Amino acid sequence: MSQSQIKIARQVQNETLLDVRDLRVEYLSPKGPVRAVDGVSFSIAPGEVLGLAGESGSGKSTIAHALLRVLRPPALITGGEVRFKGKDVLSLAEHELEAFRWQDISMVFQSAMNSLNPVMKVGDQIADVLVKHKKISKKEAWQRAGELFDIVNIDKKRLDAYPHELSGGMRQRAVIAIALALNPPMMIMDEPTTALDVVVQKEIMQQIEELKEKMGFSILFITHDMSLMVEFSNRIAIMYAGEIVEMAPAREIFENPLHPYTKGLISSFPPLVGPKHKMTGIPGSPPNMAEPPTGCRFHPRCTMCQPVEKVVNPTLQEVLPGHWLAYHEGMPGV
Amino acid sequence: MDTHKKVAHTPNGQQTPSPEAVDVPVASPEGHPIEQPGRQEQPVEIEGTPAGQIVVAPPATLPVPTRQRLVWLRTLLKNPKALVGIAIVVFFILVAVLAPVIAPGDPTEFVDAPNLPPSAAHLFGTEGQGKDVFRQTVWGAQISLLIGFATGLLITIVSTVIGMTAGYFRGRVDDLLTLLTNLFLVIPGLPLLIILSAFLSPGTGTIIGTLAFTGWAFGARVKRSQTLSLREKDFVAAAKVSGESGFRIIFSEIMPNMISIIMGSFISSTTYAIGASTALAFIGLGNVSEVTWGTNLYWAQNGGAILQGAWWTFVPSGLCVALVAFGLSFINYALDEVTNPRLRAEKELNRTLKGTAFKKTKTRATPVLRQSQPK
Amino acid sequence: MRYILRRLGFYLVALWAAITLDFFLPRLLPGDPAATILGTGGQLDPSQIQAVKEALGLSDQPLILQYFTYLTHVVRGDFGISFSNFPVPVISVILTGLWWTLLLGGSSVIISFIIGNLVGIFGSWRRGGAVDSFVPPLLVFIGAFPPFFLGLCAVYLLGFQLHWFPTRHAYEDTLTPGFDPAFFGSVIQHMLLPVLVLVLTQLGGWALGMRNTMVAILAEDYITMAEAKGLTQNRIMFRYAARNAMLPSITAFGIVLGFVLSGQLLIEQIFSYPGLGFLLISSVQKLDYPLMQGLFLMITFAVLVINFIVDIIYTRLDPRVRAG
Repeated sequence: MSQSQIKIARQVQNETLLDVRDLRVEYLSPKGPVRAVDGVSFSIAPGEVLGLAGESGSGKSTIAHALLRVLRPPALITGGEVRFKGKDVLSLAEHELEAFRWQDISMVFQSAMNSLNPVMKVGDQIADVLVKHKKISKKEAWQRAGELFDIVNIDKKRLDAYPHELSGGMRQRAVIAIALALNPPMMIMDEPTTALDVVVQKEIMQQIEELKEKMGFSILFITHDMSLMVEFSNRIAIMYAGEIVEMAPAREIFENPLHPYTKGLISSFPPLVGPKHKMTGIPGSPPNMAEPPTGCRFHPRCTMCQPVEKVVNPTLQEVLPGHWLAYHEGMPGV
Repeated sequence: MDTHKKVAHTPNGQQTPSPEAVDVPVASPEGHPIEQPGRQEQPVEIEGTPAGQIVVAPPATLPVPTRQRLVWLRTLLKNPKALVGIAIVVFFILVAVLAPVIAPGDPTEFVDAPNLPPSAAHLFGTEGQGKDVFRQTVWGAQISLLIGFATGLLITIVSTVIGMTAGYFRGRVDDLLTLLTNLFLVIPGLPLLIILSAFLSPGTGTIIGTLAFTGWAFGARVKRSQTLSLREKDFVAAAKVSGESGFRIIFSEIMPNMISIIMGSFISSTTYAIGASTALAFIGLGNVSEVTWGTNLYWAQNGGAILQGAWWTFVPSGLCVALVAFGLSFINYALDEVTNPRLRAEKELNRTLKGTAFKKTKTRATPVLRQSQPK
Repeated sequence: MRYILRRLGFYLVALWAAITLDFFLPRLLPGDPAATILGTGGQLDPSQIQAVKEALGLSDQPLILQYFTYLTHVVRGDFGISFSNFPVPVISVILTGLWWTLLLGGSSVIISFIIGNLVGIFGSWRRGGAVDSFVPPLLVFIGAFPPFFLGLCAVYLLGFQLHWFPTRHAYEDTLTPGFDPAFFGSVIQHMLLPVLVLVLTQLGGWALGMRNTMVAILAEDYITMAEAKGLTQNRIMFRYAARNAMLPSITAFGIVLGFVLSGQLLIEQIFSYPGLGFLLISSVQKLDYPLMQGLFLMITFAVLVINFIVDIIYTRLDPRVRAG
């Protein structure tokens, strides 16, 4: 990683758009609460793409939904702070929350098929968000919806279509058009291309990249696809069992992973660039979050586990410039 | 059919629970929380899936062990609504069994002047012919409940066999059985029941038979869709690969996972049978010489109870039917609460928020409840 | 369009099944069906006996020919002669009752559908609210009462004791049906109590069904997205959630209709309301077999037609079906 890259990364960190501190989310169950997100902190700068990676069940999507407060029962936010441009998101009143949603942060959901209302024309689903937030007439909203369809390369005529009448790729583009509707400073993308085939996936990611360059929004990018993530993000946070275990600029994470879990995660994907190495993967399976392991959550699966980690959970520290790690003294390879 | 769910209400408007959706509100069997909130359950799209029925695809590929299968039963027995329902039903079963003790004497005996209001001598008064209403009400429980439970059982057997056969074997067998089921669903039940009873010779057996004939279709439809989704599960595939026969798979692999649905269907069929048999008897299509709640109502109506102002002749029997039906429906309602993961999730959240500083709002935004938490 | 044709095909099969069932019913009677039926039919001259026999398809022909004769009669709307209204043809008797049944059933279904679904929608939305905690058990309780028992109690209490409502017939006996306000007023007055009872018995089914579907729909991704979009609660509740949750309610309409009708038959009997149910039960009591059979067919036919209309409405409401 070059000095200039580090400089950019630092610069970016100084100026924050979204600041999440010690966020906690629990799912209630008769057997006691399950901590899905346990004290997660990160920030995103204007124009930055922060990737959130981890196995399924690690809490990535829970964080995304918690930011907009659209988690379902029995989810409960039990602590922490979310600040967007200084606004305290977790204390917003009803009408403030309504205004905050989509105007400040919009979201592209994983499955476009499931996230579009099946009995409403796609055009109406773009128009209603414009009518609500921009206070414009329905006709003007449809006009604008047509422009948005132009931007994402869909024929305007398809505004009249119902979701099931569009192809998978088109539906995902329509969802992106809805996310762009209010020109928000930030967008959450929760596995935006997972449901699509590789060719369409490439096209859509390229388009998102272009739009981002043009419109300058930040992205919280969630995927389990490490190669896609490295290619697309400025910084990457690695999540394991509800915690961030490592966070660093994308290249840095890829070339110099420090946490044993990150190493395992990276080695389980074929590299896009750089020397070929043997794909290994991680033995074992994610922990039971109702009864998480003591100490470092990863220790039962860790090949480099030290005795102290069975007792003490390491905290996230900046071990190299811009490189944060759940670290304790004497960690091998650091 | 692959883009949307077809769902339907059960006759009492209740949702039929899905058995595997039990006791895994937010955590998969391995216990880790499930990614993507609000998507813990993948809806299975099957024609005729009962109201909002969501079938959870368990990540585990092994058959659910017996101990876990019946977790819902234990939860049910702790549910206050279920306990109220069970208490009511048990009470009436005891009344039926202990009739000779509770109300000794022949219920068809003429004991006093007709249409006497309730008194110490005749707790519920006498009806239009001078028979004791209390005796009639207590003894009426016997045949009314017998018809109800026997029909419920018969309907459950018939609908389970037809539904599971259709769902498991698919193809032409399914097409035919589904057509038959849909026919019986769309042809109005009570008119059919009435003319059948009018043409057939009256008797308890005939009543049970005709009630079952007109009442099996809904249960069959529910069980077919459940079987359809269960047969796609890995443990069924495993059994198939190991060469087990179709019927063995149905009975030893699929059926144990449908117990809560079969139980729900037995309860609603019994409710239906008690109501319908009472209605039939009320219009004189039962055996009017027998003492049942329905024939009591028939005689009350025939004796001009309303004109005479003798409310005590029809209220007790009608109330008994209503209470038994309520008890049964309440058990089913509780069964639904226990086995529907979403209703449980809401309940869990409400219980936690109760008595805390969190203020209920109109929005459904994720509640924030900061706790002082040692880290 | 294909969907509509498929449904139409199914209803034709259902109608054929009902007709066939109707044909075999007299043959279920113990002994010689013709003798049994005619033995109860009062004084008939031989030509009329022959006519009745033919209408029922009871002749000396082979069964299969009898069956076809019967089919042609039914298709022509010839259900024979009513014994209890001799010599009025069954079809004329039925037509006098059809409109009253549609009036009573239609108004009660529409009212309970609207109220029940609204209760279900609001109940599912306000989690833990009063609507959701107390109303469903209450509805289960009311729903447990057999409709005719509720009817009896209503007639006794609100009719005979309090004299708030008329207790029998569809309009004042002194009036002649016609387009005048007095007649319409009387019709509405006579409808109130039976409709009230019918609405009470149906409400729970609609409300609980809607509530459960809503609970399932509220977990869909498009609801999460609608919430994330910052739309107003009302828009999410109605345009996104209820609009989708309504579809299963409508699919269930056919089945529910059967239950509604069953309750209504006895309510008509209790209120001496001159609809098909009242006719059916009195035909049973008078052993008027041809009328019974004709009524069964007409009720089935009406249910099938309504189901078909609902199917057409459904295709307007669900774009996915409209296209397929």
